[in-house]
Amino acid sequence: MEKFKNNYIIQAWLVVFLSLCFGSALAGVQLVLSPKIEANKINETLAKVPELILGKEGVKRLAKEGLSLKINPRIIQIKKNNRIISYKVFQAIEKGKVSGWVIKSSGRGYADKIELLIGLNPSLNKISGLFIIEQKETPGLGNKIANLDFRKQFISKNTNTAIIASKTGATSPNEIDAITGATISSRSVCSIVNTAVKDLRSSLKKNQIKPI
Amino acid sequence: MAQDPTSFERFIQGIIPENPVYRQLLGLCPTLAVTNNMKAAMTMAGAVAFVLFGANIVISLIRNLLKPHLRIVIFTLTIATFVTIVDRFLAAYMYSMSKALGPYIPLIIVNCIIIARCEVCASKQSVITAGADAIGQSIGFGLALASIAGVREILGTGMFFGLRVMPLTWPDWVIMVLPPGAFFTLGLLLGTFNLIESKMAKNKNKG
Repeated sequence: MEKFKNNYIIQAWLVVFLSLCFGSALAGVQLVLSPKIEANKINETLAKVPELILGKEGVKRLAKEGLSLKINPRIIQIKKNNRIISYKVFQAIEKGKVSGWVIKSSGRGYADKIELLIGLNPSLNKISGLFIIEQKETPGLGNKIANLDFRKQFISKNTNTAIIASKTGATSPNEIDAITGATISSRSVCSIVNTAVKDLRSSLKKNQIKPI
Repeated sequence: MAQDPTSFERFIQGIIPENPVYRQLLGLCPTLAVTNNMKAAMTMAGAVAFVLFGANIVISLIRNLLKPHLRIVIFTLTIATFVTIVDRFLAAYMYSMSKALGPYIPLIIVNCIIIARCEVCASKQSVITAGADAIGQSIGFGLALASIAGVREILGTGMFFGLRVMPLTWPDWVIMVLPPGAFFTLGLLLGTFNLIESKMAKNKNKG
C-alpha cells in the first residue's frame, strides 16, 4: 500500500488530469478561432494588393466605378542553386485583363527577417508599389523602411536594373536614398526586392499565366 | 500564525500598498517592453488580468488537492493554458495588436506576478479571496503600466492613446519610445514613489 502511494504516476494524478482537461479546452479554442486567425493573415495581404498595383488614386477610381480587382493567389516555384524556392504571387485582374502582380518575399534585415510585398505592372518591367508586412528593425531608425516616404521611392523604378540604396543621395534613376542611420536596413529592402524580381520576372513572363 | 488577509484587504493591497510593479518589483519584462504606447500597455494589462484571474480561481478551487512538490508544475500548467487562450483570442480579434505585442503575450507565462499570487494567495485561500486578490493585483499592474506608458507616449510621440495632446511644435523625445526610455521612466517613477513613501513614514513618526 505504501509503495502504491509513493508511485510517481499516482502522485501526479492531478497533473495528468488537469493536462487532459486543459488540453481539450485548448483544442476547442483552437478549433473555433483558427479559421478566423488564418483569414486575418490572408486578409492583411489581400487588402494591400489593389493599392500596390493601382496606387491610392487607382483604388479610389476603382471604388468610384464600383469595380473590384479579382485576385488570384498562386505559388510559383523556381530552382536556384539546386534549391527550390517558392514564392507566393498574387495576380490581379480587372475586367478580364491582368492589371498587375504582387510578389510576397522576405529576407534578412538588420535585426530580423523583413517580409514585404512588391507590386509590379502587367508587363513586369516597373515596380508599382512596395509594402512592408513585417519587420523588427531598430525603432526610430531602421523601422522607417515601413514609412511611405521611403517606400514611395521604389514606385515606377525599372526592374531591368538592380535598385541601389545610396548613402549620399540618389543620382541615377535606379538609385534610392538610404535612410540616415539605417543603411543596412535600406540595403536589405533593395536586395529583397531585386532578388525576388530577378527570380520571378522570367518565369512570370514565360508562363504569362492566363487570367483564370 | 498571523491571520490571512481578508478578501477586501487582498483587493486593496494589490492596488497601492503591494503594487506588483512599484512595491513587489514583479512583472518587469512587460513593464519595460510594451509601455511605449498606451494601447499596447492596456492590452497587456487586460491580458495579464484575464490570466491572473483565471489562474487564481482554478488554483483556489483545487487548493486542497495540491501536493507541495507538485504545486509549481500545476501553477505553470494552469497559467500556460490561460495565456494560450489569450494569445489565440488576440490573434483572432485584435490581429494588429497581437502582431505589435509579438512574443510578449506568450511571455506572460513567465510573468512572476501570476505565479506569486498563486503561491501567496490562491493556493491558501478561498475562491472569493483569490478572485478579489487577482482583481486588485490586476488593477495595480494596469495602473503601473499606464503610468509608465503615459509618460513615454506623451514625451516620446506627443500623443496619448494615439491622440495628439502636445502642441505640434513638441520635439518628440524619440529616446522615450526606445528601450532606454523605459528604464529612465521606471527608475524615476519608482524613485518618486519611494520618496513619497519615506516622507509619509517620517511624518507618521513625528505625529
